[in-house]
Amino acid sequence: MASTTPIDSPPAPPVARKRAGSSSGRVGDKVFLGLSRGSGILLLVIMASIAVFLTYRASLAISENDGNFFTTFDWNPAGDPPVFGIAVLLFGTVVSSIIAMAIAVPVAVGIALFISHYAPRKLAAPLAYVVDLLAAVPSIVYGIWGALVLVPYLEGLNLWLDQFFGWTYIFEKTEVGVARSLFTVGILLAIMILPIVTSVSREVFLQVPKMNEEAALALGATRWEVIRLSVLPFGRSGVISASMLGLGRALGETMAVATVLSPSFIISGHLLNPGGGTFAQNIAAKFDEANEFGRDALIASGLVLFVLTLLVNGAARMIIARRKEYSGANA
Amino acid sequence: MAKRIDVSGLSAYYGSHLAIEDISMTVEPRSVTAFIGPSGCGKSTFLRTLNRMHEVTPGGRVEGKVLLDDENLYGANVDPVTVRRTVGMVFQRPNPFPTMSIFDNVAAGLKLNGSYKKSQLPEIVEKSLRGANLWNEVKDRLNKPGSGLSGGQQQRLCIARAIAVEPDVLLMDEPCSALDPISTLAIEDLIGELKERFTIVIVTHNMQQAARVSDRTAFFNLAAVGKPGKLVEIDDTERIFSNPSVQATEDYISGRFG
Repeated sequence: MASTTPIDSPPAPPVARKRAGSSSGRVGDKVFLGLSRGSGILLLVIMASIAVFLTYRASLAISENDGNFFTTFDWNPAGDPPVFGIAVLLFGTVVSSIIAMAIAVPVAVGIALFISHYAPRKLAAPLAYVVDLLAAVPSIVYGIWGALVLVPYLEGLNLWLDQFFGWTYIFEKTEVGVARSLFTVGILLAIMILPIVTSVSREVFLQVPKMNEEAALALGATRWEVIRLSVLPFGRSGVISASMLGLGRALGETMAVATVLSPSFIISGHLLNPGGGTFAQNIAAKFDEANEFGRDALIASGLVLFVLTLLVNGAARMIIARRKEYSGANA
Repeated sequence: MAKRIDVSGLSAYYGSHLAIEDISMTVEPRSVTAFIGPSGCGKSTFLRTLNRMHEVTPGGRVEGKVLLDDENLYGANVDPVTVRRTVGMVFQRPNPFPTMSIFDNVAAGLKLNGSYKKSQLPEIVEKSLRGANLWNEVKDRLNKPGSGLSGGQQQRLCIARAIAVEPDVLLMDEPCSALDPISTLAIEDLIGELKERFTIVIVTHNMQQAARVSDRTAFFNLAAVGKPGKLVEIDDTERIFSNPSVQATEDYISGRFG
């Protein structure tokens, strides 16, 4: 702290001053700068090399593909000629993730609001802990639970949906068989992404400035109106980020889906029918048995999942940025 | 409709801690009453008991009576939400709803009440913004977010929001303490105009401000840190600042403590 030395004190010897203050600080700065810059660059290099690797291996397979990579309803890279397409996988991945989001996000926001604004303090902390605990369950355990408990349990629900909502087409069950369907996968994924969406939303709701809530209260807002006027607008972009984190997990979830789904290469709007597939599930199911070319084909499908995830994140960022002017951040 | 406030034997607690003890006073309609006193004397706490905001704080509770004309705010069947719709409040730091436009901020209270016609909204919003001396500055950007205004403008926006629902009483908790002198002057002028229509109670740390804006002044004090705050005296502002009847008031006003 050479600079804070009073002016009238005797000047310190030059060497000692160098040691004591500025010099060591500068070395620390340089080391830290190097480390942080290095890890930043490393991250870019890793991302780029993953992209290059996926693209290269994918191009090897796609150039030999006799079917259309995007529209073919088949996966037979070992055939002669090889035929494979991702249409079924794209459909299955997107549909099961949409089902998961449609179920999980409202429930998660509800739980987060309950923990942050309704529950008595004594209840809030243990409840938050239990929800977080859901995230600690390994995905294979979810898969086994899904296959052994959820699938038989959902058969009744499926019958009911078919009977009363069969006219909506998507809930019409045209094939008999257990509920190893995209709908079941969606429900399972919803349970799996619930904790991450809940805990991020909860943190955001807890950060709402007290003065924003009091503004609503003082106008004569009820508890729900306080949430509607102050908490939800402030937490909006946080909830979107939380949902995207959850969506990322749902899109890429492998083991649980592979355990529950009974895969088939068909696209059916009847979501209760067994069958369908997702990118990750398809790769997990076929990677071991595939030959070199088959693996390249699977990698090509992995590249599409990679791009899909990037697009989802980009879209989320755009939604958040567009509302920045109105966000709570510049309050 | 401005109403008279009649407080008797009011004490407020945070959990088991007694924050203010046994306060009684009367506030006349269409007047400005200023609360002054050292930090921690409970003047803000007392202000927040007048619209039942105190009990929002965890552990906060109140004993005693607050009559608004003849209705006890702490009566058994009184809903605090209804109380806050008739007793408006302006806070220390401007707190417009950051996600709402200027127009929606002013209209927020009306929409909660539900007692309006959609076609009336623009008229009421304009009237409220004019009442808060803000109309000319914002009339061309009513759809822009309220958080884009300057601090002083935001505070006048909050005042417009509070008076849009035509409350009986307007409470102000150090409304100028986060503002620059020019914005402060604008708010003080505004208070002078608003007392024609409302009963106003203002907490302030600034004694010149109390002397400038108020008709009556209440001096609060506490015996020691940790002891409950009490009302020392309330009288005409002129009298409090020239010839108070309690020595402690004179000591505080002349800067001998606090």
